[in-house]
Amino acid sequence: MSTPPTPSPIPTPTPQASAASCTTPAGDRLQALVDARKALPGAMLPILHAIQEEFGWVPPEAVPMIASALNLSRAEVYGVLTFYHHFCTQPPGRHVVQVCRAESCQAMGGEGLEAYARATLGVDWHETTADGAVTLLPVYCLGNCACSPAVRVDDDVRGRITPARFDALLAGLRERDAERAGQEVAA
Amino acid sequence: MSVSVPAPAGARSTYADEVVLPQDGGTAAVRRLYVPIDSGALSLGAEETAAAIAAEAARRGIAVDIVRNGSRGLYWLEPMVEVVTSHGRIAYGPVQAEDVAALFDAGFLDGAPHRLGHGLTEHIPFLAGQERLTFARVGIVDPLCLDDYRANGGFDGLARAAAMAPAEVVQEVTDSGLRGRGGAAFPTGIKWKTVLGTPAAQKYVCCNADEGDSGTFSDRMLMEGDPYCLIEGMAIAGLAVGATQGYIYVRSEYPHAFRTLEQAIDRARAAGYLGPDVLGSGRAFELEARMGAGAYICGEETSMLESLEGKRGVVRAKPPLPAIAGLFGQPTVINNVMSLASVPVILAKGAAFYRDYGMGRSHGTLPFQLAGNIRHGGLVEKAFGITLRELLYDYGGGTASGRPIRAVQVGGPLGAYVPESQFDVPLDYEQYAAMGAMIGHGGLVVFDDRADMAKLARYAMEFCAEESCGKCTPCRIGSTRGAEVLDRILDARAHHRPAGKELALLESLCDTMLNGSLCALGGMTPYPVLSALKHFPRDFGAQDKSAPAAA
Repeated sequence: MSTPPTPSPIPTPTPQASAASCTTPAGDRLQALVDARKALPGAMLPILHAIQEEFGWVPPEAVPMIASALNLSRAEVYGVLTFYHHFCTQPPGRHVVQVCRAESCQAMGGEGLEAYARATLGVDWHETTADGAVTLLPVYCLGNCACSPAVRVDDDVRGRITPARFDALLAGLRERDAERAGQEVAA
Repeated sequence: MSVSVPAPAGARSTYADEVVLPQDGGTAAVRRLYVPIDSGALSLGAEETAAAIAAEAARRGIAVDIVRNGSRGLYWLEPMVEVVTSHGRIAYGPVQAEDVAALFDAGFLDGAPHRLGHGLTEHIPFLAGQERLTFARVGIVDPLCLDDYRANGGFDGLARAAAMAPAEVVQEVTDSGLRGRGGAAFPTGIKWKTVLGTPAAQKYVCCNADEGDSGTFSDRMLMEGDPYCLIEGMAIAGLAVGATQGYIYVRSEYPHAFRTLEQAIDRARAAGYLGPDVLGSGRAFELEARMGAGAYICGEETSMLESLEGKRGVVRAKPPLPAIAGLFGQPTVINNVMSLASVPVILAKGAAFYRDYGMGRSHGTLPFQLAGNIRHGGLVEKAFGITLRELLYDYGGGTASGRPIRAVQVGGPLGAYVPESQFDVPLDYEQYAAMGAMIGHGGLVVFDDRADMAKLARYAMEFCAEESCGKCTPCRIGSTRGAEVLDRILDARAHHRPAGKELALLESLCDTMLNGSLCALGGMTPYPVLSALKHFPRDFGAQDKSAPAAA
């Protein structure tokens, strides 16, 4: 999953939202992302990836736009969007932390790490911390099985995670957030 | 490959021919080092190590050329730094950023001894005993450097294929005995022959790089460490069957591999290995990497086709075979990364060369992956016929925890749990099938004596329920009912109640899933469940037959 940027302000969609009715900057940008890829064979996943890469999630008004561009029903687009674990239909926190639950990580104490992650963050799977900093997701194998247990923080995979290393990763995220906030204030 | 460290004198970012010489005119020789950019190595701090080496070299006024290579597959030594000396490449590892200054002090650039030193890389026993055909270049070359690839035998196979008739290429692959490395072990050449013999205006080659099995990482290592090998294999497949378009379906959990492949494809196209006229053959082959979206089922070939077409990854009923009606209804070769990456060496060195490795009807080599609770985790490419015992102890060094090995899951989440009594069975497709197991993609997940086999069986059902595409009932409903039955078995065990009725129900359910599911997800989830039950009955509260319970 890409580093989710702070979601852009996106208008609440109306049930009849259509490509034509989206004239906000975010709507224009969505339309541009769709249009740039609609001619690809099997364009659906590349479009959804492009949207999530930029917005951090797939906002609901993207659904009618994609349906219109690919000549599909909104139900078909929604069906694809919700089939795949990777796509978020809700805005995630500023960072996404995935903890591997697969066998190799279990063999190295992954269950303990899962429990530690949930307790430390104070959230369950698929939830976001109250300060909006971290969304916690389960993942089934990161392909780092010789270095179990593994986690992924935004786009970075980390191996041989102990509770102490997990804490250090979270501290690193907070530091980065603070730096970014500082830069924004300075600007 | 791309390096994000600040470039000091002599650091380079991509090509071998882009070495930046020291600004002062460079009287001192540029010292070359290798620091992996493989995501496993990065997960242990390789980026920080590379940055520390660059900074320390700059501080000391030493010109260094830091090549970012793939991993050699010795993950307990990662980040493993290699320095080039007149004797060869000398390994140090695991090297963390804070070790770097001391390594410079000790003279590691000249290969001097140090507590992290391992001598010549090639002589490390874990590597020295391997038979690396598919992984011949991984960890040795700069992954994106075409010169490096060519200097190590790259594109020899494609050059030969381009000069052969398509049917001859298919025959060569058939004669090599190569079988699908994704799990089903179907002869690759036979599949190709079907596609070649099916007339169509458009044919495709699809590489299944949705390596979702826990305990496997060989596809990732190859895509990150030697992407041109896969590209070459796909181009050969395209020429062999008359396909002009290829897709690599990479799982979204591998963003790093995806980016590496995209860059490699661009460079291969610019150099004429892909495009409208592959190597001057007059034949076209285009290639594109596509990203999956976190659905394990898309590793099933028809589900992957649906996903590539932009649909839900729901399994198709077969027939028709994808070789006849595959992507967008056209004849399609679908092979795993390892199968396609084994093709260049077969074409370059001939079918007989490859066929001579292995045993029985399992020809060639398989990159085994040692994972889970193992002291020396990593990649071991060996000819078929090696035993688990050799892999686990001679290469793996036993468990990481130092406790006895209780079981090994061979072949991913759908593979059987193998107990110690079967550790001496040679790894051969037929012998494994005969004992109700499968080699699959060659992933070995090791568990020590604390493993609770009933909980692992429950996990197998839970995983199937989570990842089922929902098309067929045995898988969609059966996996949920299976997890529930196992919950009752675990509950009975906790309260010392007999669970005989539930155990009979579990076996019956597994029988339905095994025989009634549309694809391998529902059809093979019973493998880990039944093997755990058979070999470790006491964990399920059943009568002890032979095996010891968890410690």
